[in-house]
Amino acid sequence: MTSILNLVSLWILPLIIILVLTIGLVKKVPIYEEFTKGAKGGFDVAVRIIPYLVAIIVAISMLRASGAIELLAQILAPVLVKFNIPADILPLMIVRSLSGSGALGIFSDIANSAGPDAYSTKLAAIMLGSSETTFYVLAVYFGAIGITKFRHAVIIGILADLIGIISAVLVCNLMFA
Amino acid sequence: MNYIFFFLIVISIIVGAVNGRLQEVVNSIMSGAELSVKVAFSLIGIMAFWLGIMKVAEQSGLIKFISKCLKPITKVLFDEIPSDSPAIGNIAMNFTANAFGLANAATPFGIKAMEDLQAENKDKTTASNSMCLFLGMNTAGFQLIPTTVLAVLVGIGYKNPTEIIAPTLLVTTIAFISAIILSKMFQRLYKINKEVQDDKHS
Repeated sequence: MTSILNLVSLWILPLIIILVLTIGLVKKVPIYEEFTKGAKGGFDVAVRIIPYLVAIIVAISMLRASGAIELLAQILAPVLVKFNIPADILPLMIVRSLSGSGALGIFSDIANSAGPDAYSTKLAAIMLGSSETTFYVLAVYFGAIGITKFRHAVIIGILADLIGIISAVLVCNLMFA
Repeated sequence: MNYIFFFLIVISIIVGAVNGRLQEVVNSIMSGAELSVKVAFSLIGIMAFWLGIMKVAEQSGLIKFISKCLKPITKVLFDEIPSDSPAIGNIAMNFTANAFGLANAATPFGIKAMEDLQAENKDKTTASNSMCLFLGMNTAGFQLIPTTVLAVLVGIGYKNPTEIIAPTLLVTTIAFISAIILSKMFQRLYKINKEVQDDKHS
């Protein structure tokens, strides 16, 4: 099953590219011309999202530098112990929605210090693999089209992340505890 | 978002001051700003490539074709956009790329989808229901194989790293479905609020 999935992962992009270009040629689309026309937008999009990225990444960098995440982890620790959640997972839970590179760094730390057989490593792996960096996604996608009023998108993102964390704990408990 | 932004920055400064880490907080403004530009610039090349491929797909009618095929599903989920909108095709491409862990390709597809949704949007600075739903589904991060996680696990000598694939898939599916249900719920709440506001104005 996994090897099939890996194979699909490897082939999906090359197949999409071949398919798109072949259909383009068959339909008599000037593919080189259209490709370069479309590609011009790459620079614009990247530049357009800079202000939104600066806002969100600076705010989150400041939060991480201030030690507020460790503080929150300390406050929450006694509560989580009751639910059989190891304390070293806490920073990951908090950082997951905020920073992709931060979350990956914390996960590597947990995996390296707790070791391959630890419950923490399994739970952290499931948590990291099952969710996205919500605030980065919001900043990039809304930034690219100039939306500044996010409406319910923020609360959905946070709630879905919470549900993800809770179900990760439950599933991990069922399978590996 | 105004409150979140304010809250993040003020909390950071206060906690930093109490912890005696104000210098680090100030330094992080510099490094964070630099990182933002690096992230944006690192996207330019790959973004240009996929936007180019997508332009070809659009011109040949492929995106429209995908949109049409997915009509039965999208009519229910994205009920506010016309079913022949290219947004659907781009949303489908975005999810395919995400599902296979190809974040680099997923972002340009997603941005293109957002542009298409923006074309149907009346208020250009406020997110539409469809946008919130699309982003909700995206932030839930549906993925078939967590490639990065597997790489780290292999790196630390985890004996059977593939055993985490099934539980991860289960969790991400739960989050994904919750995001859809939640956004349909909140969109109704918001609508009521908006009507109240409109009444006040009139």
